[in-house]
Amino acid sequence: MPGRYHIHTKVVPNRFPAITRSGVIAWEEGCLKCARCVKKDCVYKVYEKRGLDTRQMLDSLDSMCKDCFRCVQNCPNRLIHKGINPVYRALGDSYWTPEIISSLWFQAETGRIPVSGGGYGGPFSGKGFDAMWTDMSEIVRPTRDGIHGREYISTTVDIGRKLMALEFAPDGGLISQIPPLIEIPLPIMFDILPWSPPDDKIIKAFLHGARSLGTFVCIEESYLQHDMEEFLSHIILLIEGIPHHRDKGFFQMLRMVEIPDSGETKALQEWLKEINSELIVMVKLPLSAEAPERVFQLATDGVEVIHLVADEYGMEWGGNPFFIADRMKDIHLFLVEKGIRDQVTLIGGGGIAMAEHMAKLIICGADAVTIDIPLLVAMECRVCRRCKEGIPCPVELEGIDPLWGAMRITNLIGGWHNQLLEILGAVGMREVRRLRGEMGRSMFFEELEQEFFATMGNSR
Amino acid sequence: MEQGIDPFQFPPVQEMPGRFRNAISKYRITIHKTCTNCGLCISLCPYNVFTNGLKQPRVSREHFCPGSSCSENDFYCVNRCPEKAIFIRRNPSFEALGDRRWPAELLASTWYMAETGCIPHQDLNYKTGDSNGGFDKIRFIFPREERTEIADEGVSTALALNRSGDNRPQVSIPVPFYLAGMSFGSVSIQTMLSRVKAAVALGTFCSTGEGGYPEELTPYDDHIITQVATGLFGVREDTIKRVRIVEFKYAQGAKPGLGGHLLGDKVTPQVAQMREAVAGSALFSPFPFHSVYSVEDHKKHVDWIKEVNPRALISVKVSTPTDVDMVAVGSYYAGAHIIQLDGSYGGTGAAPDIAKKNIAMPVEYAIPKVHKFLLAEGIRDKITIIASGGIRSAYDMAKAIAMGADGISVGTADLVALECIRCHHCESGRGCARGIATTDEELAKAIDIEWGTQRIINMYMAWRSQLIKILKRLGMRSVTELVGRFDVLAHLDYIKEKEIKGYLD
Repeated sequence: MPGRYHIHTKVVPNRFPAITRSGVIAWEEGCLKCARCVKKDCVYKVYEKRGLDTRQMLDSLDSMCKDCFRCVQNCPNRLIHKGINPVYRALGDSYWTPEIISSLWFQAETGRIPVSGGGYGGPFSGKGFDAMWTDMSEIVRPTRDGIHGREYISTTVDIGRKLMALEFAPDGGLISQIPPLIEIPLPIMFDILPWSPPDDKIIKAFLHGARSLGTFVCIEESYLQHDMEEFLSHIILLIEGIPHHRDKGFFQMLRMVEIPDSGETKALQEWLKEINSELIVMVKLPLSAEAPERVFQLATDGVEVIHLVADEYGMEWGGNPFFIADRMKDIHLFLVEKGIRDQVTLIGGGGIAMAEHMAKLIICGADAVTIDIPLLVAMECRVCRRCKEGIPCPVELEGIDPLWGAMRITNLIGGWHNQLLEILGAVGMREVRRLRGEMGRSMFFEELEQEFFATMGNSR
Repeated sequence: MEQGIDPFQFPPVQEMPGRFRNAISKYRITIHKTCTNCGLCISLCPYNVFTNGLKQPRVSREHFCPGSSCSENDFYCVNRCPEKAIFIRRNPSFEALGDRRWPAELLASTWYMAETGCIPHQDLNYKTGDSNGGFDKIRFIFPREERTEIADEGVSTALALNRSGDNRPQVSIPVPFYLAGMSFGSVSIQTMLSRVKAAVALGTFCSTGEGGYPEELTPYDDHIITQVATGLFGVREDTIKRVRIVEFKYAQGAKPGLGGHLLGDKVTPQVAQMREAVAGSALFSPFPFHSVYSVEDHKKHVDWIKEVNPRALISVKVSTPTDVDMVAVGSYYAGAHIIQLDGSYGGTGAAPDIAKKNIAMPVEYAIPKVHKFLLAEGIRDKITIIASGGIRSAYDMAKAIAMGADGISVGTADLVALECIRCHHCESGRGCARGIATTDEELAKAIDIEWGTQRIINMYMAWRSQLIKILKRLGMRSVTELVGRFDVLAHLDYIKEKEIKGYLD
């Protein structure tokens, strides 16, 4: 029986009251103090538990209300109103929406999957990841066993280069050199943040979280401090060139290094491999229209892992930019066509905001993903980007306890892991490795629109 | 009474106001202290918004006020009030209501239909939601000239459910819809009985969902569809023998590929007894049927039910995977009479958000996919296609039929008729705060069965009259003529009004 990967979650309370969508119950003048709203109508006992958060002057009526409108509808003088919380509406931006941010908060607090009643209430489709759906399978497959079977679904992925065949000498001895391979128990690694408050404690929270989850954190060499060295086996160190101030023994403790795609890439990779042949070297390549050719070139040159990065909205660089999922499809299919897809590991990052994005990018051809902003959001970040301007963080991220942060991150990833299992269970797959590039088990907005809607209105 | 070509006596519409003191309205009317209580507004307003009050008129039917669009009328109270004491503005609570699929206006118009049985006279969009795709971007192409040659009574909305030509009974319903499965446990017995009794009055069916067959439903056996789902909760030979239609639930659109999950809180002693389970512990209905690995296995299931109940029609409810067309063909060859395509917008007590949003295709694609495939296979006229999981209005119903369904099945709209506000908190605490989707005895008392029945009847009667209007405008005498008529539909992203002869609505 294979070992089961289980993420232990527990409720980790917020430091600040969460910002909720609804709220703002306004009383107009003229209340008769009949207490109908308090005593009779609130089934959630919101009024009885009412309190004030003095730090932010937030009334708990706003955060605990569940929008049933009973008090609004039963007030004898029609004095109670509800509205959408303007602070909620102002969260994030059009990509990092208030819905995404609050869903990430919920997961980081509870470790649970967001569940709701009443069916789907969102838009039909959207840009980027919202322009695709994943498949499900109506009839049972022998690899499935209902809700208990999901515990055996593997989310493990291999990071490194793979041989397509083994070569043997006439005497039966193995000639091929087996390249190093790292298994991570889930297809998520943590990346450098596009912005963040002063981040010593934040990085430590990432490191504690990554270690307990069995995955990695990308860290720039200049950020690495002495007291982080106990985490070296969970760090992907990003170096721009040969760091002459580090001794060779240091590189023997590392398992992964990331280097930029440049003219020096090959030389740097060889230098690293010379010191530690078990070290896995990942090449960071910003996505652009040239990426497919470049990835092919790198893969042919023997690169093991390529980290394909988009910006924080999932967009690539250059004119007429593609969304990360679309470019990933291109790259994956190009390598498949060239017959070398399985030799190299592709990791995608940038704009991964929800668990579904991870699954969808894997369907589009990535082996694994890197995430960044969601980790900050797990620690109550509001994606206000004030830190970028040097304005103090409204949730004091720079002062967090790293262990608290790590537990929040673990909860979030626990939620994502569970949601990945939901997706895999529905498609009837037992391994996330099989999901990679399975575009036939997904449905794309543009294709379906063309097939069914674009021809409407034509006479028979 | 002459009822036209459908020899069915439809139930009367009766006004049935909401249960709450204040209806939620689009506009908010306030009367200033300067009011002299002259009563002019009371006598002017044809919508009876005002009633007599002690010091000033009472605003008792605010939700009937057409708002500023009334300003052109000479009875517009704001202009006519001698003291200029009446103020009409947007209700601030209105925007906090609903979601993209069920925006506040669609909710309010459904409440209006449930209260009055009529199409809203206010400026409420009762035709589409705000999802920006699918049904909400599809319009009918109506001929510009008004058609008058067909009378309302000359239009049939009836649907025959057994098209297979086997020796089983023909079951016809006078309306092209039946009420979708919502289990006892996910909704209260009051809600369930309201739906069932409305189905009886409308001559159609109501599915039990997967929660067993409460004894209270026995008088209505002829209008019940009993569900056989993977958990087999409460399924007994006896319950299968009682009914005219048995429904296999392979998957549910709201949680495709995931099976059902009734949280422990909702498993009260009554629910537990019905489902033959233990009170207080969560119940899983696994996904999928573990006895079905192939279409052949599926046929074995269908044969089993047919053997137990020789007069039953078999319906197969499936979700919408990429190969939903193959699933439909498989169901036909297994001997099913009805294939129900369940989209992911449908309501359910609790489902992971990731599944509702991402897994399986929107039902708007699945309907034409299956219709066209069965047509090409030459078996389209042998099986009935029912679309569900996202039908919110008469317009959605008509569009689904024009896209290839024979009829539809509805659940959420029924709950909205019972004053569901789509807060999405069916699962929390004691369950639905509005007493609809709950098993909490005290909360469930909020629904009176007679009230609920009439509200649902009213809504569907309004839907039926809209369907008849749509058919008449298209020059059709039967809803069966509308099936698969892509030529009368247009998608706003691909067709502009000026490119076509008719007009879009």
